Amino acid sequence: MFEAILLTVITASTPLVLAALGELVTERSGVLNLGVEGMMIMGAVCAFVAAQLTGSPYAGILAGILGGGIFSLLFGFLTLTLVANQVATGLALTILGLGLSGQIGEAFVGQPGIKLQPIVFPLLSDIPFFGRVLFSQDLIFYLSVALVIGIHWFLFKSRTGLKLRAIGDSHSSAHALGINVIRTRYLAVMFGGACAGLAGAQLSLVYTPQWVENMSAGRGWIALALVVFASWRPWRILAGGYLFGAVGIGQLHAQILAQNLGIVIPSQFLSALPYAATIVVLIIISHNRRTTLINTPASLGKPFVPDR
Amino acid sequence: MTLSEGPAAVPLLSVRGLTKLFGSFAACNAIDLDIAPGEIRALLGENGAGKSTLVKMLFGVLQPSAGEMLWEGSPVTIGSPGEARRLGIGMVFQHFSLFEALTVAENIALSLDPKISLARISDEAASLSKAYGLPLDPKAHVADLSVGERQRIEIVRALLQNPKLIILDEPTSVLTPQEADRLFETLFKLKAEGRSVLYISHRLEEVRRICDRATVLRHGKVTGACDPKHETPASLARMMVGSDVAEVHRDAGTALGDIRIEVRNLSVPARTPFAVSLKNIAMNVRAGEVLAIAGVAGNGQGELFDVLSGEYPVAEDEAIRIRGKAVGRTGINGRRLLGAGFVPEERHGHAAVSAMALSDNLLLARSQSDRKAFLSGGAFSVIRFDAIRSATRRICEAMDVRKSGEDPQAGSLSGGNLQKFIVGRELDRQPSVLVVNQPTWGVDAGAASRIRQALIDLAKSGSAVVVISQDLDEIFEVATNIAVISEGRLSEPHPAGTLTLERIGLLMGGVHESHSVPEAAHAH
Repeated sequence: MFEAILLTVITASTPLVLAALGELVTERSGVLNLGVEGMMIMGAVCAFVAAQLTGSPYAGILAGILGGGIFSLLFGFLTLTLVANQVATGLALTILGLGLSGQIGEAFVGQPGIKLQPIVFPLLSDIPFFGRVLFSQDLIFYLSVALVIGIHWFLFKSRTGLKLRAIGDSHSSAHALGINVIRTRYLAVMFGGACAGLAGAQLSLVYTPQWVENMSAGRGWIALALVVFASWRPWRILAGGYLFGAVGIGQLHAQILAQNLGIVIPSQFLSALPYAATIVVLIIISHNRRTTLINTPASLGKPFVPDR
Repeated sequence: MTLSEGPAAVPLLSVRGLTKLFGSFAACNAIDLDIAPGEIRALLGENGAGKSTLVKMLFGVLQPSAGEMLWEGSPVTIGSPGEARRLGIGMVFQHFSLFEALTVAENIALSLDPKISLARISDEAASLSKAYGLPLDPKAHVADLSVGERQRIEIVRALLQNPKLIILDEPTSVLTPQEADRLFETLFKLKAEGRSVLYISHRLEEVRRICDRATVLRHGKVTGACDPKHETPASLARMMVGSDVAEVHRDAGTALGDIRIEVRNLSVPARTPFAVSLKNIAMNVRAGEVLAIAGVAGNGQGELFDVLSGEYPVAEDEAIRIRGKAVGRTGINGRRLLGAGFVPEERHGHAAVSAMALSDNLLLARSQSDRKAFLSGGAFSVIRFDAIRSATRRICEAMDVRKSGEDPQAGSLSGGNLQKFIVGRELDRQPSVLVVNQPTWGVDAGAASRIRQALIDLAKSGSAVVVISQDLDEIFEVATNIAVISEGRLSEPHPAGTLTLERIGLLMGGVHESHSVPEAAHAH
């Protein structure tokens, strides 16, 4: 019973972790992309369609990554090259993504999907409990964990990651040091899009292997909240993602349990918990000037226009 | 210590006829400068004298309009800060370009060769900082460091590139006296190693203390070169300020009325790391008086204006009184309702909303204090456009504001005309108290004299006027009494007629009256 719940929590949390990791890199470069929901649903539809057409879920994964990444280029062009307002553009990206994905996927509604099969590690998966939970998962789960480690290393150990953080902290100082602000931000935005697309692929290939319109169901927004909740740190994204995922699953079980006990908990209350938790974390972070300064990208959401 | 450059010694850096034009304005005009190896050279001058423009050209940030530079005897052009660094020039800026969220070592790493590992940078920075007496923890986050420690990062960052010439732009303006002493020890070590230092400052005492030679700039030209140790602060001040400043023309014996502004024991801590804290400010301004507050930029003028206007109320209600009423905790509109008017320093974005029409800007400033005139409909606050337009017209006529169209956007006016409008906007109310910060900054001569005349006339009509200004000509033109602000402290006011330029220069340079140099000590 507990193992089964844990497995569903992992499946529910992986897309949150992936999308939030991508947005973390984007935001660390100082760009606020509110279009995560739109990029995620685009990834989901591209993955599903590609898997149906080729018969291979791995082609689907690739298509999801590309779909999200290319879709985010639109955001990059509007906000970085044309210096459009990031908040408005991000919202537009979400609305566009939801509509466009519905159009693309229309012919595929109701088709049975191809489920991405787990990759079972021979010896490790024999470890009781943990082995079964952690080492007989699908590729996307392994990728999500590898990305947490990789992004942590990239941001805090590599020189390129240092430059990315410098841009997020003060783009004009970074520009003065000769760092190419716009190019770095383009790459960060595309990385964010690719991660959101991969998260979408997980939805339509693993979580519920089919295409349903609006199937991202607000997960992009939870991922955005998760970035702030994690105060822009990759390991906290992993922890927070599983916490939010567990709240989502626990909500279902709690509903059933409460119903059996005759208590009525409004489901909206439980769905709102991740956002409420994010507000609490925001208050705690902003209460301490030091943690704010050190963790929040200071130039987040501010447009960069080089002099001359 | 030898002062003359022997013919054998090739200067480390020679500058010949260096000129920088901004439009038709020469920020630097045919400047000659030689810096010998192993000397600490002072570059002295008032704000706007061209010091910053000159060093920006030396460091490749700006490109000269004319003139040449010789590095160790051979001609060079310095196209970028990177080229300057490769030649062996390091620079420590007045306002640091540090990343607060990153650690000390990370900040240094960003300006170095990416192949050098962070661990090695940490080690080298630690050993350098120890060798030069600049204690610094490479792992600390910049956000946690004091201003003095931040400056050390910049110095260590410059030293890591092993420069032959280090330029420091107003390095002590952000330091405590103890931190400054430590910095001087570092500079002496650098000099002992044969490195040269170009030290930009307007603080005369410290220039006399540490510099071998001084070059004085005024209005973009070199006006003097000397050995500061053989000069007095007074003689240096005269070189800096110039003796061609207008004589005092002010009717003596103007009868002054009651006290309109009274400030007592006003101390305000600095709001940001770069702000100045106000220390025990006291002043009385009477009806009919123009109190001019002189000082070099960044000594607390903006902070003083903010608390006088009520933009930032202070904790102690009794610290500020306007027309006898304690207003320390009262906001800007409450003070306006008492008959006070305020003109802040920045025209765009502070005194006026650039994208809005003049009449809108008029209403924004006076919607509370002139509610009856400009608003009707009681609680609905309906704007009376006719009243605002006619008031706008009245102000523009009174102050001779030249504009295109009846009611143009504030941003479309030239600086001088907008300044005339925002000063006129307050004068139109006949305020009994007016506080104005840098009334003619960046304004052409015609507009400036118009504004100054208006300020004098307002005082003559029985108002109390406070003018905060960096422009000594202006101060002598308008002031009844003059006080000087330095490091957040305000001097006693002196009747304008009794002050000489030298005294003001000394006060501005931070030499306090208690230990000012006697006039007899002149050595020239």
